[in-house]
Amino acid sequence: MKGELNVSQSIIGWSRDQMAQRAALDIPDGAYVNLGIGIPEKVARYVPEGREFIYHTENGLLGMGPEPELTELDPDLINAGKKPVTAIAGAAYFHHGDSFSMIRGQHIDVCVLGAMQVAQNGDLANWSTGAKDAIPAVGGAMDLVAGVKTIFVITQHTTKTGESKLIEACHYPLTGQGVVSRIYTDLAVIQVTSRGFELIELAPGVDFDYVAKRTGAHLWDGR
Amino acid sequence: MINKFCQSAALAVADIFDGATVMIGGFGEAGSPIELIHALIDQGAKNLTVVNNNTGSGQVGLAALIANGQVSKMICSFPRTANSTVFPDLYRAGKIELELVPQGTLAERIRASGAGIPAFYTPTSVGTPLAEGKEVRHFDGRDYVMETGLKADFALIKAKQADRYGNLTYNKTARNFAPIMAMAAKTTIVQANACVEAGDIDPESVITPGIFVNRIVSIDTPMQESLLVQEGRVYP
Repeated sequence: MKGELNVSQSIIGWSRDQMAQRAALDIPDGAYVNLGIGIPEKVARYVPEGREFIYHTENGLLGMGPEPELTELDPDLINAGKKPVTAIAGAAYFHHGDSFSMIRGQHIDVCVLGAMQVAQNGDLANWSTGAKDAIPAVGGAMDLVAGVKTIFVITQHTTKTGESKLIEACHYPLTGQGVVSRIYTDLAVIQVTSRGFELIELAPGVDFDYVAKRTGAHLWDGR
Repeated sequence: MINKFCQSAALAVADIFDGATVMIGGFGEAGSPIELIHALIDQGAKNLTVVNNNTGSGQVGLAALIANGQVSKMICSFPRTANSTVFPDLYRAGKIELELVPQGTLAERIRASGAGIPAFYTPTSVGTPLAEGKEVRHFDGRDYVMETGLKADFALIKAKQADRYGNLTYNKTARNFAPIMAMAAKTTIVQANACVEAGDIDPESVITPGIFVNRIVSIDTPMQESLLVQEGRVYP
């Protein structure tokens, strides 16, 4: 976003917007796409020239458009994050049974989600830290990772305290097993393969060793 | 003559009994039947099991029903949202039970029971804490968890239009859980923004056919939950 001051942005590597922009490059024209809350939402701002994506929001809308003007706010037209949205010309509304049939019936092509932890076998943890006093809340995350054909994760490479989010095995409760295809971090694009994490691309100004040192599992150089 | 219109919200919810399972439509405030929920607070039925995606916000609607001590168990996918403190406080104090269900599994459990299906298998939640203790079966190279259908004694939902037969339309994403809850409940109670003549809704445009609906209350200018929360309103 123009003029946005982003305090969580790394000093080197990609900004949150650049991570979203990089992920958008890997989504094919005509894809049905579900975007998670947070950085994944930004993907919609960076649709590559000449491509059209159709956005699904699991509360019951296919053909979600951008945020409305303040004068057009409609409390009955919201996204899965309960924020006001618009519907494009050609949109469709449906109930939760149909909406989750789109997800669980493998009709959605790509889902972009945030993560707390991703393991080298593609396990994802993004709904709970398992803390005793936390109120557990899962929403549609488990349905999305189980049903959508391709799962992309956008996340900072490390936590605020410097621990890697890309690790050998998740210790937080899982959202799904072996579900993640590709990870877009502030430092790199990493593919989950049968042999583990494989580096596809480095962010500008970052070298392989820098990323490998901040990855909590073996990192193969797949370039 | 069939006429499902009911004179008041109070009459419509009068027979909701202690210990009933009540499905309440809505995703956040979109589609929340707030006037019916307030009528249920006035009516006072206790020890309810409530099925909703969330647990309400502020001190009105579903949050107020919980705050009033009428709900002993919530079945939902996302019990905390912005401005939601009633449920989290009671849950931490051990005063309310929670059955956490993935959102799509929740929808499918509701849809299945409405279609007469007692159980089904889904890959959602395999290998996670939410699959613990559930039967897992292998089909075509993949593991699936068995989930059971979810029935209710009553459903409270909100519609845009209703006719005397109970045919319904909805407004945008306020539709969410309402059509499947109407199918899964023994008695479905609707608050409609507009009650119209039979035939005014094009049969091609009916979303919920009247067979799934029992009672309709006309609420032409429903309250907006987020505005009440912003104003700090408390019900009752």
